[in-house]
Amino acid sequence: MAPRTSPEISGMGHSMKRKEDPRFLRGQGRYVDDIVLPGMVFMDIVRSPFAHAKITKIDTARALKVPGVLAVITGETLAKFNLHWMPTLMSDTQMVLPTEKVMYQAQEVAAVIATDRYAAADGVEAVEVSYDPLPVLVDPFKALEPGAPVLRTDKKGKTDNRIFHWEAGDRQGTDAELAGSEVVVKQDLYIPRIHVSSIETCGCVADFDRAQGKLTVYMTTQAPHAIRTVFALVAGHVGLSEERIRIVSPDIGGGFGGKVPVYPGYVIAVAASVVLGKPVKWIEDRMENLQADSFARDYHISAELGAKRDGTMTALRIKTIADHGYTDAAANPSKFPAGLFSICTGSYQLGHAFAEVDGVYTNKPPGGIAYRCSFRVTEAVHAIERLTDILAHELGMDPAELRFKNFIPPESFPYHSALGWDYDSGNYAAALRKAMDRIGYAELRKEQAEKRARGELMGIGISSFTEIVGAGPSKQFDILGIKMFDSCEIRVHPTGKAIARFGTKSQGQGHETTYAQIVAEELGIPAAHVQVEEGDTDTAPYGLGTYASRSTPVAGAAGAVAARKIRDKARKIAAHLLEVAEEDLVWEPGKFSVKGAPQRSKTIQDIALAAYTNHPQGMEAGLEAVSYYDPPNLTFPFGSYICVVDLDRGTGEVKIRRFVAVDDCGNIINPMIVDGQIHGGLTMGMAPALLEEISYDEDGNIQGGSFMDYLLPTAMETPSWETDKTVTPSPHHPLGAKGVGESATVGAPPAIANAVVDALWHLGVRNIDIPITPEKVWRILHEKGVAE
Amino acid sequence: MASHQIRVTVNGTPHEAEVDSRLLLVHFLRDVLRLTGTHVGCDTTHCGACTVLLDGAPVKSCTVLAVQANGRELMTVEGLERDGKLHPIQEGFWEKHGLQCGYCTPGMMMTSYALLQRTRSPTELEIRQAISGNLCRCTGYVNIVKAVQYAAEKLREE
Repeated sequence: MAPRTSPEISGMGHSMKRKEDPRFLRGQGRYVDDIVLPGMVFMDIVRSPFAHAKITKIDTARALKVPGVLAVITGETLAKFNLHWMPTLMSDTQMVLPTEKVMYQAQEVAAVIATDRYAAADGVEAVEVSYDPLPVLVDPFKALEPGAPVLRTDKKGKTDNRIFHWEAGDRQGTDAELAGSEVVVKQDLYIPRIHVSSIETCGCVADFDRAQGKLTVYMTTQAPHAIRTVFALVAGHVGLSEERIRIVSPDIGGGFGGKVPVYPGYVIAVAASVVLGKPVKWIEDRMENLQADSFARDYHISAELGAKRDGTMTALRIKTIADHGYTDAAANPSKFPAGLFSICTGSYQLGHAFAEVDGVYTNKPPGGIAYRCSFRVTEAVHAIERLTDILAHELGMDPAELRFKNFIPPESFPYHSALGWDYDSGNYAAALRKAMDRIGYAELRKEQAEKRARGELMGIGISSFTEIVGAGPSKQFDILGIKMFDSCEIRVHPTGKAIARFGTKSQGQGHETTYAQIVAEELGIPAAHVQVEEGDTDTAPYGLGTYASRSTPVAGAAGAVAARKIRDKARKIAAHLLEVAEEDLVWEPGKFSVKGAPQRSKTIQDIALAAYTNHPQGMEAGLEAVSYYDPPNLTFPFGSYICVVDLDRGTGEVKIRRFVAVDDCGNIINPMIVDGQIHGGLTMGMAPALLEEISYDEDGNIQGGSFMDYLLPTAMETPSWETDKTVTPSPHHPLGAKGVGESATVGAPPAIANAVVDALWHLGVRNIDIPITPEKVWRILHEKGVAE
Repeated sequence: MASHQIRVTVNGTPHEAEVDSRLLLVHFLRDVLRLTGTHVGCDTTHCGACTVLLDGAPVKSCTVLAVQANGRELMTVEGLERDGKLHPIQEGFWEKHGLQCGYCTPGMMMTSYALLQRTRSPTELEIRQAISGNLCRCTGYVNIVKAVQYAAEKLREE
């Protein structure tokens, strides 16, 4: 799509260089730990060495004698203010600091406040805590067994460890269809617990101003407004009233969903600041971040896919056990305890489907929704794409051919899925064909056959995924009751420049640039002269924040709608200035001209000045507008990824030779930024497929709790991604744009897993659970007698 | 705890300070000198977000004590720009979209700077090896490689 505006205006479609870069390139970004306030003190946290234990004593005497230590805060301190527990987004309860027992290793037990971070760390070492260990539950299946110890003894009447049972679809119809299917493939898949590990960890500076009774919190949050409301709801009883709470989310060093939840550290820092009357800084270290902050995935999936012998898919049935840790703090919309897992019918016409998820408590930290998952879409796509490949192999069909046979055809959109979603638009075959042409699919299959004859192991994996992003319509979507709209407020200055504020919050996705491009597209004001701000709840309009790729679908739409309101008023002013009727005016970005007399025109700059100096009688002065956008539907971007792997028969290493990613996110605001999102997303798809995992031993000790063995990919492990696009606009979005930030992380893992299994299928290998480590492959190679 | 008087030159400016023996160089730069471009991303010396140049060589400043820098020359991200003009590395990262959240960027650029001091024509593999001590969670490294190549070309032209 050719851009409609000039490079000078840089509306949609321009690869405009980022407006945020000049400060980051100079080391002048302002992240939370860069903030220093007068009188600021530091907080550090005492954490539990046990996964499950009764606290018998917390002795703070020695810590209070450490030079620089000012105070030690315990659950008892917070209990006096009824702040030792807090509600989660899923209406469960979470400890801020415990008064009786700990529920996971690394849980917050007490907080030390000191004059600097070194003294605070000394203080943590000096706090003496006595524990009585309790039986530990780490396996969610065991946690569900009758007679398993009940973890949540704080919940009255709770007799087991089940958190919720959720289901979608037609159980009987699906059972019947599967029973009558000519072929049924069944596979258990474990999607392991992983962690976003944004390079900046979580932290805050809480600053309670006693004189004004106002709390300001600078914090690493993806949803500052929601946080403000949560703080008001949780701490209203101690005088924290919403108009006197200001949350500022400054520059954020990556979020990836890990900075959506409210962590105990934030709440303790706020309490400490209120108690001490000083600004309190809390910055967690990497191990704390990995061990205690929101995890992602941890789904034990059992899936069955039925088909006719010719490959026509008939029915899908999925049963899942979801490990949520000790409390359900998953950052889901309130009516979706399993997120949008019901997108699991994927890109295919599936007449019958049924999905159920049981959430389970274990002695692990809470979380589940993070790491570019779009509310469990990663899990859903992994299941359907793995099953599709297994079905193809079982039938002896090419995996691409099977996909073409079952794709929802372009003319069927909007498509109503068996599990209730109305897909907005798509042309799946076009994306897959493009990926196949680009990678040379037919030749690769030939090469694979030749290599196999020589005993070499090469695999080709496809993933043709459909995403669901842009939560969401108010009828279904809310966070703690607040509907999932988003917002934009644009104010045009007398000299024709503008400031625009949004209810979302970038963590590197480039909103300062792309939102300016949306305003430029709609008003013709050069994007360079549109100042975009987010993250300060005193100034930005209320929004639900940035996660689940919702910024473009929701706030982006609000930006376009607000700009169009301004354009409507601008048209009235132009008509007044040119002394013609509104209908006689023609708009092109930046200018109204008289129909048939293009030399008679007024630029948006002329109009802006007039709005302040010569506005029509009966009209308000000024030129500004606000929009709170309630999306009519979600957006459904899609893509087809193809991965080629070579397996090292000596070491079991999986080498990604090529990876072609064709994405379709509708109309593109900034191609350069979209590509960057996809590169990063693919890397965050490869990482859990091949490297990253957090597991627990029987005693609940975390394995993978530091960068020593939680393996983030470096430039050496990361392939050189090849990206391409098709463009199928969203019909309901004002700009035809769809979200894209998470597509690649959703789509990539099954392409990689499919490629590895494809390389080994002829040896009788049906599945390898991710991460597909060299050790797992090496063992298989030895078992099958093909190791070198 | 013993404290020490140190003298260091940072980005050409001499500084004197009294520091505890255990103060990490990264905290000296960030908390004492308030040069907050250098970041902390881990606690095990893996991420490289704290990379600075110590007598011209890239070091992870979370794994150097401030006292060890006594009498030596440091260069941080704040020293890349000269006379209001971005260094070709900074320009390359901007042109090629080699950064997103910006948190790894200062360390990544300092490592790249050191690489381009050693060689003006690095191969893609050499670039990837050079930055393998610097983790990035946003870019997938593709555009960082392009940014370094851009800078290398710019420097060859100079």
